[in-house]
Amino acid sequence: MYRLQSLAARSLIAGALDQFTPLKVTSITGVRHKSQGPSVEKRGQMRFITAEAKASAGRLDGKIREKTLTMDTLNPQVKAVEYAVRGPIVIKAGEIERYLEEGGTKPFSEVIKANIGDAHAMGQQPITFLRQVVALCTFPELMDSPSFPEDAKLRARRILQGCGGHSLGAYSASPGVECIRKDIAAYIEKRDEGVPSDWENIYLTTGASDGIMTILRLLVSGKDSSRTGVMIPIPQYPLYSAALSEMDAVQVNYYLDEDNCWALDINELHRAYQAAKLHCRPRVICIINPGNPTGQVQSKKCIEEVLNFAYEENLFVLSDEVYQENVYAPDCQFHSFKKVLYDMGPEYFNNVELVSFHSSSKGYTGECGFRGGYMEVINMDPEVKAQLVKLLSVRLCPPLAGQAAMDVIVNPPQPEEQTFKQFHQEKSSVLGALAEKAKLTEQILNAVPGIKCNPVQGAMYAFPRIFIPPKAVEEAKALGMQPDMFYCLRLLEETGICVVPGSGFGQKDGTYHFRMTILPSIEKLKVLLGKVRDFHISFLKEYSGLE
Amino acid sequence: MSENGALPRLGKVLTVDTMNPNVKKVDYAVRGPIVQRAVQIEKELKEGVKKPFEEVIKANIGDAHAMGQQPITFFRQVMALCTYPQLLDDNKFPEDTKSRARRILQSCGGNSIGAYTTSQGIDCVRHDVANYIQRRDGGIPSDPDNIYLTTGASDGIVTILKLLTAGEGRTRTGVMISIPQYPLYSASIAELGAVQVNYYLNEEKCWSLDISELQRSLQAAREHCIPRVLCIINPGNPTGQVQSRQCIEDVIKFAAKENLFLMADEVYQDNVYAEGCEFHSFKKVLFEMGPEYSSKVELASFHSTSKCYMGECGFRGGYMEVINMDPEVKAQLTKLVSVRLCPPAPGQALMDLVVNSPQPGEPSYQTFIKERTAILSALAEKAKLTEEILNTVPGISCNPVQGAMYSFPCIALPERAINAAKAKGQAPDMFYCMKLLEETGICLVPGSGFGQREGTYHFRMTILPPTDKLKILLNKLKEFHQKFTQQYS
Repeated sequence: MYRLQSLAARSLIAGALDQFTPLKVTSITGVRHKSQGPSVEKRGQMRFITAEAKASAGRLDGKIREKTLTMDTLNPQVKAVEYAVRGPIVIKAGEIERYLEEGGTKPFSEVIKANIGDAHAMGQQPITFLRQVVALCTFPELMDSPSFPEDAKLRARRILQGCGGHSLGAYSASPGVECIRKDIAAYIEKRDEGVPSDWENIYLTTGASDGIMTILRLLVSGKDSSRTGVMIPIPQYPLYSAALSEMDAVQVNYYLDEDNCWALDINELHRAYQAAKLHCRPRVICIINPGNPTGQVQSKKCIEEVLNFAYEENLFVLSDEVYQENVYAPDCQFHSFKKVLYDMGPEYFNNVELVSFHSSSKGYTGECGFRGGYMEVINMDPEVKAQLVKLLSVRLCPPLAGQAAMDVIVNPPQPEEQTFKQFHQEKSSVLGALAEKAKLTEQILNAVPGIKCNPVQGAMYAFPRIFIPPKAVEEAKALGMQPDMFYCLRLLEETGICVVPGSGFGQKDGTYHFRMTILPSIEKLKVLLGKVRDFHISFLKEYSGLE
Repeated sequence: MSENGALPRLGKVLTVDTMNPNVKKVDYAVRGPIVQRAVQIEKELKEGVKKPFEEVIKANIGDAHAMGQQPITFFRQVMALCTYPQLLDDNKFPEDTKSRARRILQSCGGNSIGAYTTSQGIDCVRHDVANYIQRRDGGIPSDPDNIYLTTGASDGIVTILKLLTAGEGRTRTGVMISIPQYPLYSASIAELGAVQVNYYLNEEKCWSLDISELQRSLQAAREHCIPRVLCIINPGNPTGQVQSRQCIEDVIKFAAKENLFLMADEVYQDNVYAEGCEFHSFKKVLFEMGPEYSSKVELASFHSTSKCYMGECGFRGGYMEVINMDPEVKAQLTKLVSVRLCPPAPGQALMDLVVNSPQPGEPSYQTFIKERTAILSALAEKAKLTEEILNTVPGISCNPVQGAMYSFPCIALPERAINAAKAKGQAPDMFYCMKLLEETGICLVPGSGFGQREGTYHFRMTILPPTDKLKILLNKLKEFHQKFTQQYS
C-alpha cells in the first residue's frame, strides 16, 4: 500500500510538466508512463509515445524492428522498484525550478527541497578539518603549505600510506583501505566502551545504501513459500522496499506505534513474523535507529527485546545506524545494537548475526556526495564472509575520497591536537542547531489544527500526521492518487515546498503523513513551517465545505 | 535459552547453503584466489618470512597509480579546489583550475561537493560529457539527457544488464560476451541469473571478432534462451585488440538484424598504441551508417576515469551514453539509479575534467599535454616491449598489444604440468600462475578467469609497471617459464 505512486499521480505530474515545457518532453525523465488519467495529460503523452513509436519501429530486412528493451521486456523486478524520496514529486519540483529559472511565474520565488536529508544543499557548511584532510590526500603537494594544520597533514599522510602508489587514484582492497578499517574498529570499540571490534569485520561501502543492498543480496534465496522474507518497519526508509523489490524478496511489514512516539512494539514483531511465516521464510529483520522517517530513538530495553526476538526466531539483524550522532531529545541516548548485544551476554553476543551500517552522509558532517560508509559484520559464517568479499570485489572498491572522509569521522582531532578547538566548535554548532530545529519543527507543526507531530528525538526529519478532509480524499481517489500525494503536490504547486508523502514510506491505512527534513537554516525553516501552516489551514477550509 | 527452555539455538541464519545461490556462482578472477594469496605473501614478507624475492609485483590489475604512474596535476588541482574551496584564494593555483572548480561547484547543491547530486549526475558535467562525445565523434550530436554518470564503468554495465534481464527458463535473457572477456561480465550475469552466451575471439587473427562466430554462438544460444544483448569490449580487455571500423559496422549490422541491444565497453578509448590502429566509437560508426541504423539500434556505451592516461581508479568516476532507449525504459533507468541516490561527486567532478581538459591558451595546457603524452607514449613503448620479450620465450606466444593495458599471451604447458594441476583440482594455468607467484612474487591472472578455448592456456598481465620494472618482471617470467617447462618435461 505504500507502493503508491499511482499512474494517475504520474499523469498529473506529466500534465503539469506539459504545461511548463510543452515541446521539451524528452527532457523529462521519470514521468513517461502509460497514462490512464485525465484526458489532457493523456493526449500529451499519447502524442509523445506515438511519435516515438513511429521513429523507432522502422523496417529492416523486410520486418518491423521492435526495440529490444521495452516496458514489456524490461526486468519486472526493476519495474516494481519505487523510491519516493526521489520519486515523482521531486521530479516535478525539479521541473518547477527550471520553469522559474526560465522566467516563469509561480506564487513563490523558489522551490525548497525539504524532501531529502542533504545537509550541504541546505546551506550547512562542511567541517573544515575533514575537507582539509581530503584536499591534502587529493593534492599532496599541499603538504608543503603552511596554511594546513599539522594534524590534518598527519592524517592525510597516514591515509596515503595505506593507498597503492600513495595515491587516492589507486584501487583500494575491495573491503577498503586497511588503515581506515583499523581506525573504524578503534572508533567502534571506543564508542561501545571497550566492546571489542575486529577490523577484519569492517567493510567500507559506497554510502550506507550500498552496504545494505549487498547484505540483503546475500540473504535472498528460495522460491515461493521458502523465499526470504525481510522484516522492515513501517514507516520505513524506501531504500529497503526498493531493494526488496529489485531482489524479489518478500517484504514483511511491522508497524511502529505512532501513538507511542513511533516506538517499536515487540508484540507487533511477533504478529508480523507469524503472519509472514504462512507465505515466506522470514530470515532478516531491519531496524533503523534513530528512525528514518520517524525520528524516534530506541531505548536500550527495546533493543534488547528486538535482539532477543531475533535470537529466538533465528533472524539475521540489519541495524541501520547512520543517524547515530543525531540524537536531540534530552532524555534519549543512542545505543548501538552491537553494544547491547554484548551486554546481553556471550550466548547472544556469540550467536546473533548482526550487520550495522554507518555513513559519512549524516551526523554532523553531512558529506553525502562523497558516498562514504562502512558496515560491521558480526558472527557471519566464515564461508559466507568469503563470499561477501568476492561479491564486493566485482565492483573493485568503494570511492577512495569517501573512504578518506569516513576515516576523518572516526578519527577526529583529539583534545591535544591543533585543530581540536575549531573542529569541536563546528561540530557542536551543527548539532546544536539541529537540536533546536528539531524542537522548533515539532512545536510549530503541533500548533496547526489537523497536524500532529511526534517529538523529533533524533535523525533529520519530522513525519507529522496530517488530517485530510474526506472531500479531499475523494478528490484524490478520483484522480487515482494517494491522498497525501495529492496534498503534497498541492503544497508544492502553491508554496514551492517539496516534501515526500507518507505513502512513500508506508503508514497505517487511513492515516496520512509527510516527511520533511529539519535541515534548512532556522530562518528558512521558520518561513517554511509558516507556509506549511498557512497552506494546511487553507486546504482544510477548501475541503471542509467552508469556502 | 529459547522459549521452551530446552532447544539450543539453530545454526546460523546465513550459511553457504542458505545464501543467495546466484551470488555463489559469481567469479571474479581479477581479485580472485591468486590475488588473495599475493596479499598473504606480502604480509609474510613484512613479518620477515624469507622468500626467493623481495616484493610482490601485482600485475593482475590495471591500477596505474599503484604501479607508480603519477596523477595529472591539473586534475588533482581542480579536485583539491572543489574539496576545499578556501584554496580558491591561493594564488599558487592556475586560473583555469579555478574556473573549472567554480563551474563544478556552482552546479552542486549548496555549492558543495558534499551534497547529493541528481541521480543521473551533475547537470553541467552531463553537458560537458555530451560536448566531448560530439567533438570526439566529428560532430555527431550527443544529448545530455542520454548521459548518466556512474560509479566507475562497472556500475553502469551492471545497471544496464539489470534492466535487460528477464524471463524464465528458455525465455531467460541471454547475454553475448566475448571469450576471453573481462570477468565483470560473467560475474554480473551470474549474479543476475542471466544466461551467459559465449562468442570466441580469434586468437590466430590478433583476437579479432568474427561475424560468423557471432552467428554460430547466437544460433546455439537460441536453443535454450533468448539472446537479447551483445557486449563488446573495444579496445579489448584482456586481449588488447583494437577493432577496425569495418568490424564495428558488421557488428552493428548483426545487432540490427538479430534485434540485439548493444553494450560497448570503451573505457580504453585513449589506449591505442599500434600503428594503423585507431579507436572508432560504436556511436560514431552507428550514425555514419545512416538513419536506418542510427534511429533503431539500441546502444549503451561506457567510459571511465580509471583507464586511459588518467588511471584515476580510486575516484570511481564514469559515464554511460544510452542511444535509442525506449523513453519509458529510460524513466525506469532513472528511477533505478535514484535508489542509490547518486554516483560519488568527486568522481563526477573528475570525469568532468577528463572531458573538459585544458585548451590551448589556458595556463595549464602545456603541463597537461606534456604529462598526458608522457604517459601514453610510455604505455605504447611498454606494449611493444612486452610483446617482444614474451615472444622470445619458447612456449609463449603473444599477440600484439594494440591497445588497452594488458598482454594476454598463450602459454604452452607440458602434459605433466597439466596432470599435476588436475591432481590438485586446479585449472592448469592457475597452477602455473600460483607457482609463478610463489617463486617470483609476480601476481598474474590465469586465462581461465577470463575464458579461453579449451586446451589453450593464457595469463593476463598488465603492462603498467615502469619500463625498468617491467623489464625485470618479463625476464623473471622468462626464466620461470623455461624452468617450469624443464621441470615438467
